[in-house]
Amino acid sequence: MNAARHKLGDGALPAGSRRFDRRRLMALVVKESHQALRDPSTLLIAFVLPVVLLLLFAYAVSLDAKQVRVGVVLESPGASAQSLAAAFSGTRFLDVHFAHDRREVADQLVSGALRGYVVIPQDFEQRLARRGREPLVQIITDGSYPNTANYVENYARGVVQSWRAGRGAASPAQAVALEPRYWFNPELESRRALIPGAIAIVMTIIGTMLTALVVAREWERGTMEAVLSTPASVVEILIGKLLPYFVLGMLSTLGAAALAVYAFGVPLRGSLAALLLLSAVFMVPALGQGLLISSLARNQFLAAQIALFTGFLPAFMLSGFLYEIDAMPAPIRAVTHLIPARYFVESLKTVFLAGDIWAVFVPNLLAMAAIGAVFFVLAKRATRKNLE
Amino acid sequence: MSGSLLSFTRLRAQFVKEILSILRDPRSRMVVFVPPILQLLVFAFAATLEVRNVDIAVYNQDAGRWSLELMQRLDSARFISHVRHADSQRQLHELIDRGEIIAALAIPADFSRTIAAGGSGRAQVLVDGRRSNSGQITVAYLSTIAAEVGAAVVPGTQAPTPVVVRHWFNPNLVYRWFIVPGLTGILALFSALLITSLSIARERELGTFDQLLVSPTSTPEIIISKSLPALAIGTLLGLFMISAGVFLFGIPFTGSFALLLASLMLFILSVVGIGLMISAVSATQQQAILGAFAIGVPAVLMSGFATPVENMPVALQWMAQAIPLTHFLVIVEGTFLKAMPAADVLANLWPLAVIALVTLTLATALVRSRLQ
Repeated sequence: MNAARHKLGDGALPAGSRRFDRRRLMALVVKESHQALRDPSTLLIAFVLPVVLLLLFAYAVSLDAKQVRVGVVLESPGASAQSLAAAFSGTRFLDVHFAHDRREVADQLVSGALRGYVVIPQDFEQRLARRGREPLVQIITDGSYPNTANYVENYARGVVQSWRAGRGAASPAQAVALEPRYWFNPELESRRALIPGAIAIVMTIIGTMLTALVVAREWERGTMEAVLSTPASVVEILIGKLLPYFVLGMLSTLGAAALAVYAFGVPLRGSLAALLLLSAVFMVPALGQGLLISSLARNQFLAAQIALFTGFLPAFMLSGFLYEIDAMPAPIRAVTHLIPARYFVESLKTVFLAGDIWAVFVPNLLAMAAIGAVFFVLAKRATRKNLE
Repeated sequence: MSGSLLSFTRLRAQFVKEILSILRDPRSRMVVFVPPILQLLVFAFAATLEVRNVDIAVYNQDAGRWSLELMQRLDSARFISHVRHADSQRQLHELIDRGEIIAALAIPADFSRTIAAGGSGRAQVLVDGRRSNSGQITVAYLSTIAAEVGAAVVPGTQAPTPVVVRHWFNPNLVYRWFIVPGLTGILALFSALLITSLSIARERELGTFDQLLVSPTSTPEIIISKSLPALAIGTLLGLFMISAGVFLFGIPFTGSFALLLASLMLFILSVVGIGLMISAVSATQQQAILGAFAIGVPAVLMSGFATPVENMPVALQWMAQAIPLTHFLVIVEGTFLKAMPAADVLANLWPLAVIALVTLTLATALVRSRLQ
């Protein structure tokens, strides 16, 4: 078998039988499609997981803090202290719990029952009378959750400031006033920025993870060699294998986009054609990476681990989807340029929220295509090596 | 199946075989240990919700003193890497469209004049809403700078901040102190989940599961022998990452190490139970891996790592309580930073124990039903 494989794999057959044949390719595509659709896990990943992920990104993963649990320690019995405490309980962003002793709330901060607390001190009325030479209240946050700690600080500051303004004791009108306007997402819903990015994650799972597994299984079972020893050429076999997953990925993207627009109210300000073009081009590096992983690993456990650690997790953490690339240190910013999802996330956010801005799309399309080409060349080399 | 339910000799032989089946191949050995550690190093620096190194653009139509003052303060602001100068409103729009800047300031011609006349100088800030979270933080930073300029306009009467703020446990709000302990849990979860979900499915795909059936091995023995390697590998990885957090990243470790170790092992056991359940119902390795994935990814998203559990709707908050990672995250963050007392650790440890008991029992039942 080894010898036969050698001969065929190296293309030692008459050149005629290796010619590109449309009928043979169709037969391969049909066979691979059957194989893909027969397994319920393929459908689970292509259609159920995207829905679950989009639902989670719409409802569970939210950077908009609502109802943060905060304690208010009211040590002063005075009337102004009472009115400030009432101002705290009136805000809809904080879920306020009252206490009379700092020690009880301090313990709750450790256990995580509270994310911060505000102390209105005993001599609050005197401090107020001294017209703000000393701080009026103390804000303590749970710094072990830095982002929430920031929210607690900002909201609590805001409550104290507007309470003071309401009492007429406010500072004179600000000399410099900024008027912020948020483009593309005026309601500032984090969901609108997250859901387009989530589509990139879904496509990475289908393109890289699924193909890596499918092709690795063929190598593991030895059926890859069997297919390679047929008259079909390597190109035909690869196209036959990848085309069904390409179609699956595109269908899944369309489904996810429809869900995003019609169910979650994410606008699609760009054109559908641009969305499809971006997705199709992103499938090139995604499939190429899956193919490369499988021909290097040739075993499903290894392929899954490598796909997880080089495909999914980087797409999640290094693509700018959740964490801002600008804020990363320079060496890691350099690494993000190698991650195809980075270009796709930026383009998706633009096509959904901003519109068809080709100045953004063109460099991203080129980068994705280039990375994809490198993956395919490497994968072809690895496949040839596997046969020797 | 004759013989006792649990035999030590048989168990040891099984355990050795399972460990070998994972670690025999040098490439598998590498893939089990190296990528999680590399990921820890990369993501520890990458995962941050802070705003740094952003570019902004300014279209300044005012030649007066106060816009100059504002520009100087922007130039020296630490979170900005470049301040670009635009010549028209249109150019500002283009820069935002292309995503080259996160925010654009338009200063009108009468800015300094209005301030000198005792009024309030207004500058428009356009923010890229595609980056909604960073955009809001940027506006907060810019407002601070504007307030500083405002304070310079009317010296002496600067109103002191009416509040004093202390961030406990992490005074400078270093995001890494939150990320690294959390990543320990996530990476250990994925390793343990993948190893166990493949364990039975691989035997079934290769046909060796039938051999196991005709051997005198009992179901509890199968479960134990399939759990132990993942438990050992997951705990080792977890311990390694915890020590990296302490010695490499210098994160204060204030709590009880013994309790954290106990929690880590219970956490991995509950994940192992989930992995074995997936493995028992999968016919192929592909199904097992994809099943592990379909469970693992939503679990991480709902655990409170990416965004806090309390931001979620109440129904999802209840579901999050069934996820082992949710409880482990509270324990690991608390043990690192908060010197969490034993009572609080135990309050999160017993749900882990319940989840482990339930998942391992269900896994045993599923494997037994497969045996018949």
